[in-house]
Order: sequence, then structure tokens, then C-alpha cells
Amino acid sequence: MRLEHALHLLEQAGATLPAVEPGGEPWLQAIVDALCDLSSKDGMTGLMNRRSFDMALAREADRAARAGESALLLLLDIDHFKNVNDTYGHTAGDEVIKAVAVAIAHAVRPMDTVARVGGEEFAVILPNCGSAYGTTVAERIRRSVSALQIQISPGRDIAVTASVGGAFAPEWVRSPPLLWTERADRQLYRAKAEGRNRACMEPQIEALVSAEEKGMLFAMSQQDLPQESE
Amino acid sequence: MMTTPASAAAPPGRVLARTLAVTSGKGGVGKTFVTANLAAALSARGYKVLVLDADLGLANLDVVLNLYPKLTLHDVFTERCSLEQAILPAPGGFSVLLAGSGMVEYSRLTPEVRDKLLHILDVVKPRFDFVLLDTGAGISDVVLYAISLAREVMVVATPEPTSLTDAYATIKVLAMQQERRQIGLLINQANRVGEGRLICGQLQQVLQRFVANGGGSPTEPFKLELLGEVRADISVRQAVLKRQLLLEHYPGSDAAQAIRALAGRLLGPDAH
Repeated sequence: MRLEHALHLLEQAGATLPAVEPGGEPWLQAIVDALCDLSSKDGMTGLMNRRSFDMALAREADRAARAGESALLLLLDIDHFKNVNDTYGHTAGDEVIKAVAVAIAHAVRPMDTVARVGGEEFAVILPNCGSAYGTTVAERIRRSVSALQIQISPGRDIAVTASVGGAFAPEWVRSPPLLWTERADRQLYRAKAEGRNRACMEPQIEALVSAEEKGMLFAMSQQDLPQESE
Repeated sequence: MMTTPASAAAPPGRVLARTLAVTSGKGGVGKTFVTANLAAALSARGYKVLVLDADLGLANLDVVLNLYPKLTLHDVFTERCSLEQAILPAPGGFSVLLAGSGMVEYSRLTPEVRDKLLHILDVVKPRFDFVLLDTGAGISDVVLYAISLAREVMVVATPEPTSLTDAYATIKVLAMQQERRQIGLLINQANRVGEGRLICGQLQQVLQRFVANGGGSPTEPFKLELLGEVRADISVRQAVLKRQLLLEHYPGSDAAQAIRALAGRLLGPDAH
């Protein structure tokens, strides 16, 4: 029977079913919930997996295009992760992945989506994140990762760093989420190329205008505009 | 002496069209609306005009003109039709080459996109008096490349602070990266008469201070030229909602007059 197959899957995945009477509705609901978790979450970290991330990103891209609201996508890759595995073993590597996942999740808002999208690669979708805050949040995540002391065996802590690339959703523009990912990925590549342990953001149009320029632009507009009421 | 339209002055295929990129820092400021109606105004004065939808990411010229094109730039890019087949007549007497919704895949500036746009421009330039490039908003590499294909640039902005900031950033980038010494400005949705002149003056002052000596040759001063001011007008809203050309359906409106004045300004005092 298929239900047995499902139970077997959950057992293999190490999912814990609540101790309720088997066969009843609560029991079935618990199985459905556990299967949903299994298909949408990354087993090691409990973060969203690649598939749910792709769906969440498509939704967010659509929302940003319709509402003209800002949304930021960050991609994070642990630096020299292969060295961790090669030097300390895969169990240590797994501990690093888990610790980094927790650090990222704690460095962002509860409304943000954090996902593990590859071996040592993570992604964060930040809805309603103003363009002025992009670098701030990317840096905060990078610092939280580099501040970690990860215990890989009793009495043995290691530290890792991460590179972060970010791009904002194209506002007003309907565009496939793949292009958004590619833009963030290009910044991640830049962060790696510029020496790792850094966050690179796609340049924003606002970044071209300094506070001084803005001040001059709008100081005048206040004085010079004719008063309609007079 | 009167200047005659290029097509009348010389045999076809000899004189190249004037190319004007219409752009804006921020989206939603009426760039496509202005482009379409400017094309109609130029057509009404006897010029052959092509509007090239170079907004590859969010093409909406078809929406503004209420066209449902069978053939688009996308079909030209993918070689499903010839360039000639994709140049369509639009209401208002001008021609359009629409991007089509499939163009998002070309919204990155690959060498392929570069070559294709350049080739299209080369082919259409001898056949028209004006080619208006309706570019995307912002300063992405595709937008900057599309602008670079045109000799003249007009930046559309509204008096909103965000629109002005983005317009300023766009002008700054064009002045510095493309070493442009002259850029046109159109203020759309102006609240009062003379607001365009004030805004242009203040932008010019900030540009003078922060841009003039930053980029290209310091010998030639940078000039921001006010090409027009279209005041907020209820008929504009109605035309947009009905997907009609303002110049055809509300020809007597203030905004329609402002667009005709813009055409006149571009043609110069000697035009007929």
C-alpha cells in the first residue's frame, strides 16, 4: 500500500511522527505534514530546499513586478568549503553547514526566506528591503558567519568565512526569476574574485547620487518653486 | 531657407534618419506615452517615423497603442520573419517595431543582442526621417547600449523627487560614460507652468558642479536642454486608459499641444 511506502520514506528521512493512534485523522494529518516538510525542506538544516526556494523566488519576482516594491536576493557561498571537508572530514563539513544556516537565519527578519540551494550555497529572499539597506544586511550576514566558532569535535572549533552577492528585483519589470538569480550570482562571483569574505551588491541607480548632490537638487526645489497659493 | 524633411531632400536610401533615444531613470513616468505621441506629431508634419521598442525587459508600446502584433522584434531576433515584415503601421501614421513579450530572454546585453540591435538600426536608418528608440527605464547595460545607438537623447521625468533623482543619475551616467555634451529633458506631469524650466535649471546647476569636470572633455560645457513641459492633464489619463493616442483623440488638449510643441522644438525654428 502507498501509505506504507510513505511511512517508510519518513522513517528513512528520520522524521518523527507524533504518538497518536495510527489510522485516525490526526495520524494521517501528521503524515501529510511530515511529507510536506520532507519535500520542501532541506533535511540537514531544516531550511527551505531548492525546489521551494524556486517557487518562493518566482512569487516574489511577480510581486515586485506588480507592486513596484523592492525585494533583495542574496546568494551566499561558504569560502573554501572543500578544504573543510578535505581537512576535517565530511562530518565536520556538515556541522559547518548547519552552523552557517543558523547564523544566516538569525541575521535576517522572520519574514525573509532562507534556503539552502546547493552543497555550501545559501539564498535569502528579502521582500520590502529598501535599496539603501542591501549592503547593510548582506554585511550583517557575512559578519555573523565569520564570527562563528564551530565545534567540529570536542575541544576543536573552526571558523569559516562566506562570500555574498546581491541583486534587487527589477521593479516594474516582468522578468523571469532566473535572470534575477543570475544577477545576484554575478555579484557572488565578483565577491569571490575580489578575495572572498566580502559582500558585493549590484550597483544601484541611487548609489550614483551622493547626499550632497541630492541636497543641492532638492534644496533648490524647495526655494525656487513658485507658491501656488499666492 | 526652409529645411525639408530628409526624405524629400534626397533620394531614399541616401539620408539617414535622426535617431532619438527616449529614456527615463525611473519607470512609470510616461516615457512610452510621450514617445508614441511625439511620433504621431512628427508624422503629422510629414516625416517618416519609426518607433523602435528597445525596452526589451518590459515592452509596453503595444499596450499604449492597443496593438496585438503577430510579428515582433522577437521574431526578427529568432529569424522567424524578416525585419520588413515586423515593421508595422501604427495609429498616428508612423511605423513601429515592437519588442514582443518573448524579449525578456534578450534583456541581457550579450554580443548577440548587441549585433542584432546594431544591424536593425543600420537597416532602418536610411528608410526613415526619424527613428525613436523607446528604451527601458534605469541604467542597466541593455538600456545604456540602446541609448548609445541614438545620436540624440531625451530624458523624460516627472517633478517627483524619486523621478528627478533617477533622471539626474541617468544624465550623469550618459554624460560621463557616453561623453554626451548635450541631453534633452522633457518634464511630464508638470504641476504648473514654468516648472519644467525650474527643474531643468536646477538639474543643470547640479550637473555643472558634479559632472561637468568629472568625465569627458572639460573644454566643452555640458548642456541640459529643456525640450518641453507636458502639464498634468486629465485627457492624458483618459487617452492612456482607452489605449489611444492623445494626439488623435484629444488633439485640442493642453498636453497634445505640448507634445506638438516638443516636435516643433526638435525640428528647429526653420522646419515647416
